[in-house]
Amino acid sequence: MNPAINSALNSGMAPVATPWFFYALAGLAVASGMAVITRRNAVHSALALIVTLLSVAGLYLMLYAPFVAGVQIIVYAGGIMVLFLFVIMLVNLDRSSKERQFNRMWPVGLAAACALLALFVSVIVKGKALFPDRGMTLPESSNTQQVAAMLYGEAGRMGQYTFAFEIASLLLLVAILGAVIMTKKKI
Amino acid sequence: MPNFIMSYLDSKDAMTPGGAGSQFWALMYVLIIFAGVSVAVICMNWIERKVLAHFQVRLGPMRVGPHGLLQPIADALKLMLKEDIIPAEADQFVFWVAPLIGLLAAFTVYTVIPFGPSQAVSDMNIGILFMLGVSSLGVLGIVVAGWASNSHYPLIGALRSSAQMVSYEVAMGLAVVSAILMTSMNVSGTGTLSMIGIVQAQQQQGIWFLFKFFPLGLIAFAIFAIAMVAEVNRAPFDLAEAESELTAGFHTEYSGLRWSLFMLAEYASMIAVSSIAVTLWLGGWMRPFPNLLHAPAWDFIFSLFPGLTFGGLAAIALIGTARMPAHSFFKIQRIGLAVFAALLGFLALLLLVIAVAGRSADGSVAARLNEGIGYVYWFLFKVAVFMYLFIWYRATWPRYRFDQLMKVGWKVLLPISLGVLILTAVVGVIVS
Repeated sequence: MNPAINSALNSGMAPVATPWFFYALAGLAVASGMAVITRRNAVHSALALIVTLLSVAGLYLMLYAPFVAGVQIIVYAGGIMVLFLFVIMLVNLDRSSKERQFNRMWPVGLAAACALLALFVSVIVKGKALFPDRGMTLPESSNTQQVAAMLYGEAGRMGQYTFAFEIASLLLLVAILGAVIMTKKKI
Repeated sequence: MPNFIMSYLDSKDAMTPGGAGSQFWALMYVLIIFAGVSVAVICMNWIERKVLAHFQVRLGPMRVGPHGLLQPIADALKLMLKEDIIPAEADQFVFWVAPLIGLLAAFTVYTVIPFGPSQAVSDMNIGILFMLGVSSLGVLGIVVAGWASNSHYPLIGALRSSAQMVSYEVAMGLAVVSAILMTSMNVSGTGTLSMIGIVQAQQQQGIWFLFKFFPLGLIAFAIFAIAMVAEVNRAPFDLAEAESELTAGFHTEYSGLRWSLFMLAEYASMIAVSSIAVTLWLGGWMRPFPNLLHAPAWDFIFSLFPGLTFGGLAAIALIGTARMPAHSFFKIQRIGLAVFAALLGFLALLLLVIAVAGRSADGSVAARLNEGIGYVYWFLFKVAVFMYLFIWYRATWPRYRFDQLMKVGWKVLLPISLGVLILTAVVGVIVS
């Protein structure tokens, strides 16, 4: 753990916002997440998904991660959801809205969801010793710079994630090229 | 309440209300910006109609008020009184919520626009990222409006708009990144995403990023300037509302107040993207040539500009008054224009008095006021140049065809902006 994080942990920074904000954002995220799967109309689902993504971005802000929040808004809410809506508008909604909304696999899904819930509950109950008392809070004013230092800083000191980051971006590049090659018959 | 006010005024060493944690002043700034943007949109409406008319050798609005000055107010009243029709086959809720999405996205970005080193609602660590992200949400309003209308032309307009925005956002983002790279050309070697930080970086380096690494900054700026026109759906990229092909595009089914909300959002986001360009490449709130002409005498001369601008406007209004036809029919209009000229003249006088009283930078109230007016004036001046450019484009260029639009976006702007980004990085490494 680097010194900046340690000092931030020890200084006991004041929270950005009151717990009220957390409950409001989390409630909104859960409610709109429910709306995503219960709405019959695919466009309504997409709109609800945008609300979910934005409230999760708000939660990132509360966790002192403004950069992640900004990227969440740009990439998901602004980019991917526009593509979603674009595709949804091209398909025939009348037919799909008449189809059954849930298929026969719902008991399996329910079981998986319950298992995940049990995991979360057990982590919350038993995991007190695993996690530090206070969240890892970087100073808000230099948070983005810290992320950059972690990714690109000198190897060994701060930039311990350079290699992993570059590998991940190479993987994404391969995926993009693959998508282009598979859709285009002739290049 | 007075405590709030005084605490902010006392400890005001270049702090935004958000940075100082003053909720009262943050609210004040939000209200001022909201009112200011609304007024600017009203003015822009009049100016656009007049300038377009003069481009086409017409007079433009002349009947409502002297030289049509009250036309936007009449328009606004008409739009508010008009029947608000929701088509029977439309998706009621989504139809209702779509203009609000656009409006919300257009106005939210103003929280981080730096009108001066402390004249912004808040200085976010991720300022430029926040601006790009939230302004990209504006397209959702357009897309959803086109779909909810449940009609052919709006849907086509929405599809065009979403494809266009997604394509041009890429080139726009890469151009922005190359400007952000330039902010890291300082001693510590770390750049910044904060809007205020970007302008301060230009101040420290003593150069607008437009001219940095010539011609790389210029090319990046040109790419942004093209992409931002596409981003706000203005001519020549206004395919989403191409009136010759799609009647009115995505807002064909909208009427009355809801339609005017779309217009408000469009103009507000035009101002917003112009201020991104001004902040990133044109030195934000800085007056021209602070690096070459930095003597106090030059400071004084440049601080006269706000007053002189209003003085010039007053003079134009006075000439208009004098040139009014002598017929008794124009009596009220003549009086109205004279009052308007007097108002502008009074403002000009006030600004000149402040400039003279605050010419010594001794931290007195007049000096600080003078400084603040200077920041806001130069920022708005640069933005106004862009707003005029938007009108100029619209009057000059024919609309792109859709495949040409895609070609320009993906095959011209994107490779160039990628190349500029790589070259900027290379030059930056070599120089430092």
